[in-house]
Formats: sequence, structure tokens, C-alpha cells
Amino acid sequence: MNAAAHAAVSGMSDRRPWWHRPAYVPLLATLALFIAMAGAGGVLYHGFLTPQVFLNLLIDNAFLCIVAVGMTFVILAGGIDLSVGAVVAFSTVLAADLVQRHGWHPVAAIALVLAMGAAFGAAMGLLIQRFRLQPFVVTLAGMFLARGAATLISVDSIDVDHPLLAAIANLRIPVGGGNMLSVGALMALAVVAAGAWLAGATPFGRTVYAIGGSESSARMMGLPVDATVVRVYALSGFCAALAGVVYMLYMLSGYSQHALGLELDAIAAVVIGGTLLAGGSGYVLGTLLGVLVLGLIQTLVVFDGELSSWWTRIVIGALLLAFCLLQRVFRKKGVSP
Amino acid sequence: MAETDRIMTGAPADASYGRRLLRMGLAHPLLWPLLTLILLLAGNSLFNPGFLALQWRDGHLYGNLVDIAHRAAPLALVSLGMTLVVALRGVDISVGAVLAIAATVAAWTIGYVRQDGLLPLALAVTAALATGALCGLWNGWLVVGAGMQPIVATLILMVAGRGIAQSISGGQILTLYYAPYSFLGNGFVLGVPFSLFVVAAVFTLLQLVLGRTALGLFVRAIGHNPQAAHVAGVRARVIVLGAYVFCGIAAAMAGLLVSSNVNSADANNAGLLLELDAILAVTLGGTLLGGGRFSLAGSLLGALIIQALTTTIYAIGVPPQVNLAVKAVLVFAVMLLQSPVCRAQVRALLRAGVERRS
Repeated sequence: MNAAAHAAVSGMSDRRPWWHRPAYVPLLATLALFIAMAGAGGVLYHGFLTPQVFLNLLIDNAFLCIVAVGMTFVILAGGIDLSVGAVVAFSTVLAADLVQRHGWHPVAAIALVLAMGAAFGAAMGLLIQRFRLQPFVVTLAGMFLARGAATLISVDSIDVDHPLLAAIANLRIPVGGGNMLSVGALMALAVVAAGAWLAGATPFGRTVYAIGGSESSARMMGLPVDATVVRVYALSGFCAALAGVVYMLYMLSGYSQHALGLELDAIAAVVIGGTLLAGGSGYVLGTLLGVLVLGLIQTLVVFDGELSSWWTRIVIGALLLAFCLLQRVFRKKGVSP
Repeated sequence: MAETDRIMTGAPADASYGRRLLRMGLAHPLLWPLLTLILLLAGNSLFNPGFLALQWRDGHLYGNLVDIAHRAAPLALVSLGMTLVVALRGVDISVGAVLAIAATVAAWTIGYVRQDGLLPLALAVTAALATGALCGLWNGWLVVGAGMQPIVATLILMVAGRGIAQSISGGQILTLYYAPYSFLGNGFVLGVPFSLFVVAAVFTLLQLVLGRTALGLFVRAIGHNPQAAHVAGVRARVIVLGAYVFCGIAAAMAGLLVSSNVNSADANNAGLLLELDAILAVTLGGTLLGGGRFSLAGSLLGALIIQALTTTIYAIGVPPQVNLAVKAVLVFAVMLLQSPVCRAQVRALLRAGVERRS
């Protein structure tokens, strides 16, 4: 078991000061990066350092944030879920189709979509856990299946104009000083809070960390490994479906080609947020920071106006590289428990 | 391999020679992919009686079979590279991005040189292959040198790759008006598409290198058990690095074929989702995703199956989107067939059924 997971399971008996703990260092690095980027933006561009710019980060990336929280659990448990982008697309299409073309009440449609997301995730988890298949291949096939199913429901984009959904989509909640948040952004914050609680304060969360640290050790400790693995993928599927609902509200449409490549952004956010890709170490709050960093890169590119959009991809790739290398360094230094 | 050995030695002594041969055939790793391909083609010819017909027109060979093989060529090349990487317990999910980079580099080179004759072609091919090798070297270094998990290491180039390709092309689709380059993806040699010769050459080369030298043994040894291979003195680091470099070069070759086929290089969409198709082809061909057991011929068959499937879906007029769902079902089926746990359960079920009957 690596040091971080050890500390997480045995109740933080680490004697090092908290800023030296391997699990915190990437988190602090991300925070420093975020502050530095925001500062640079403030110096370079007029009107950058206003609260609404930062609230917009949450509004524009709410779906990414929700997906990334689910992904955090999967990666903490030592797995990976490549199907999330496709599940988001499937959820937007299914919900839009049910509401617009079949006259379902939005609440019923959303409930069904969330249940299907969780069930889809659980099915993949079951395949991974029961048949010892590689998570990466199973979820890859899941990605094909979800996108294929979405196109089977509707090839074209479905516009959403149900009065209730439109009202929710356009609702802006004042947060003081004339600044606003959307319903999606509030949901994202709620999911982050729930995720942080789930990871940090429940037996389920502790089991997830233990599995990521070492599955065989977790098994020997008598932890419910099999059930937890299935639940982790179900959670990720549920988060993806919820993100799909938020995405549908954000775009007011359901389309099978929505959220292409979202899984890569979610993985990037989790890694930049300081979670170890090998599993066992990381924090949900770090993932929120990772999402904000990704959003900030995009905002900086938009504010600049001259930089081409492809720089976003290159910078995200470079950040991924930097954080992966950082993880290597700290894993090598901090392994001895 | 172990499967075959067990069946060969465990065959009952009184079994006739013919039955033993049949059993060996049934256990042959290429049987299932070959059967799938034949069934697909047979199904097509039921639906469309002229499907398998080949014609000789204007000195070229025409027909659906040639078309499938020609269209499968880029995927086949990438799958060959992927086979090696997967056999060494790795995976390269950046092949689509590398394909886009190589295609863009080739198109940019031709646009930059602006000459008639064969010089731009030679430069473009060299530049593209060198770019592919460089990308592979980068991936390999991250895996071997920095010790990252392969999926993470290649994820970086997958994310950044299309951005790099776009920065070379300036965000535009580069269109080519240069006949010699167009030959790579559209030309015929001896009446057969040139792309098939490329695939055949790469396949033969790999088959010779892996079959006639100790390299194939080393690859299997590393894939089965890296520690044991290391203890036995196999230079695993160099071999793994080489596999990623080869995979990059293979992706670059595919990029040349793809971009010359449509006479343009699209940094955004060239080779999109190719990594998934390549992994699917490799799996269909009987290569174990856990490493160790691999089959180059199987991967070629896998690529042909995927292309035949796509052609079928277009031919019978089902919306092409179904393709994704069909592929997904195929992957699930193959994965379950490969899983030892699942096999054991099926075997136990069968045995229970037999006992109940007797």
C-alpha cells in the first residue's frame, strides 16, 4: 500500500507537517497554478479579475465538474471510465426525446435518465469485477454502445423548449454583488460537496481508497471489494447521467455528438487535481480545482482573442505531462510508509 | 499456445488422426476471426449476389473485396503496430492523433517545397515517417524512461496531438494538388491498390523479424512476465521503446495513405476514433490484452472484419450510426470469450448440463 492510502486508511498517523504529505503536494501545486494563472490574467487583460468571470468558470464547466467527481472515485479505486462522454450524450438525447417527442414530464424523464446512467455504470462494473476484464476496454466498449444507442434514438439534434426546462435553464440565482450562478453550477457544487463527504467520511470512501492502494490488501482486510467496485462504476455512470441533464439544460438540446472527448477532459481534471492515476490517493476538492484550472485556460484563450483555440489542447496536454511527472517524483520519494 | 498444447497432448489415444486434426484446427487462434470474416462476407453475398465478384477493368482489379481490403489498409497498418505494443502489456491510444500529425506534416512539406517531380514526395514521406517515429519515441520514453502507465503516457499525446497538428496546419484543412502523392492512396501496381503492397510489406517484415529472430520470443517473454524476462536477461526497455516507435511509424504510414486518398489533411478529423478501432481489431484477432500472446495475421483479419462490417452496414442501408453499437457488442462478446473466468463458468455450466442429462 502506498503512503497516502496508508495514511487515509489508518487515520492520518503521518507525522510529517501537512504541506509535506505526498497527497497534498500536487493539490497545493494546482492551487498555486490556479492563483498564478488568475493573477497573470488579471495583469494581462482588463476586466479579468471580476467575480463573475470566476462564477462563469463554474457555470460553463458544471457538467465537466460533475463528470470529473464521478471519475475521481473510479480513478481512486484504480480504474478508469472512458464511457462518460458518451453517457452524457446519451442522457441528453434520451431526456430530450422523452420530453419533446413523447410528452413525458421532465421530472419523470430525468429520473429515468439518472437511473439508466447508474444501471449502465453498474453493468460495466459488474463485467469488470466478475470477469476480471480490463476497465479500460470494458468502458471503451461502453462508450461505443452509449454513443451508438444515442444515435439510434435520434440522429439529429433535438431542441428542448419545454417551459419548465427552459425556465430552469434560464434561472439565475443571485449570489451577492450582482453576480449570478446557474442551477447547473449549484448542482455541480452540491455534487462536489457530496463527493467530498462520500470520499472522506464514509466506509464506502475508505474502501475506495483501500482498493486503489492495494486491492489484495483490501480483500485481506475483509473490505467489501467486489460490491464497492461495482458501486464506484455505478456512481460514475450516475454522475455522467446527471452531467447529461445539466448539459441538456446548458445547451437546451439533446444531440448524440454532444460532449465528444469529455472523458479526456475529465481525466485531465482529475489528474491535474492531484489524484494519483494508479489509485489510492487524491481528493474530490482537488478535482474541483482541476476543473477550474481547465476552465481558466479556456477563459484566458478567449480573453486573449489572438491565441488560437488549439493552444487549449496543447496546454492541457503539457499540464497533464507536468502533473504525471510530478506524481512520479512524489511516489518515488514518499513510498516508504 | 498453452491451449493448443493441452489439447494436443490430452487427446484420447484412440482418437483417429482426422479427429485430432479437427481438434487442432478448432483450437487454432486464427479460426474464430477467419470464421467471422467469412460469415460476414457470405452474409453479404446472400444479400447481394454480385458482392464477391471481381472484375478486371482498365488494367485494374475491381470489386467489393478489393475495396474492403483497400479501405482497411490504414487500420491494418495501425493494428500491426498496436499488436506489438499490446503484446508488451502496453497500449497506445495516441495513434489517431499521430496519424493526424503525420498527415499534416506531409501535406505541409509538399506545400512548402512546391516543386514538380518526385522530390516533394520523398521529402513528405520521410518527414511524416520521421514525425511518427518521434511521436513513438516520446510515448516510449514516457513509458520506459518516466515509468508511466501506458494509457496515461499516450493519453498526453492524444490530448495534445490534434492541437499540435492544427498549429502546423494553421487550423485549416490542407488541400493537395500534387499527383505523385495521390498515388500512395489511390494508385495501382500490377492492377492491385498500392496500399495493399504497403500492408503486405510491413506484415512480411514484421513476420520475418518476429518469427525468424529471437525477438518474437523476447516479446512473448516480456508480455507473459516482465520480471522473469528481466531476470532472464531480456533487454525489455529497448524492446518496449522500439515497439512504441514502430507503432508511431505505422500510424504515420496510415496517415500518408489516408491523406493521399482524399488529397487533403484534416488535423481535426483524420483518424478520429482510430485508436478504438485498432484496439478492437487487435482484440478480434486473438491478441490477449493482458500481453504475451499475439497474432499479427489475426490483427490483419481483425482490421478486415471491421471494414467488412462497415461496408455491410452501408450496403444493407441501415443507418451508419448502428456501426458503433454493433462494434460495442462485438467487443463485449470477444472480451467475454477471452476472459478465463467467463470460460470457466461456461464450462462449468456445460458440464452441469451434461451430468443432468446422463
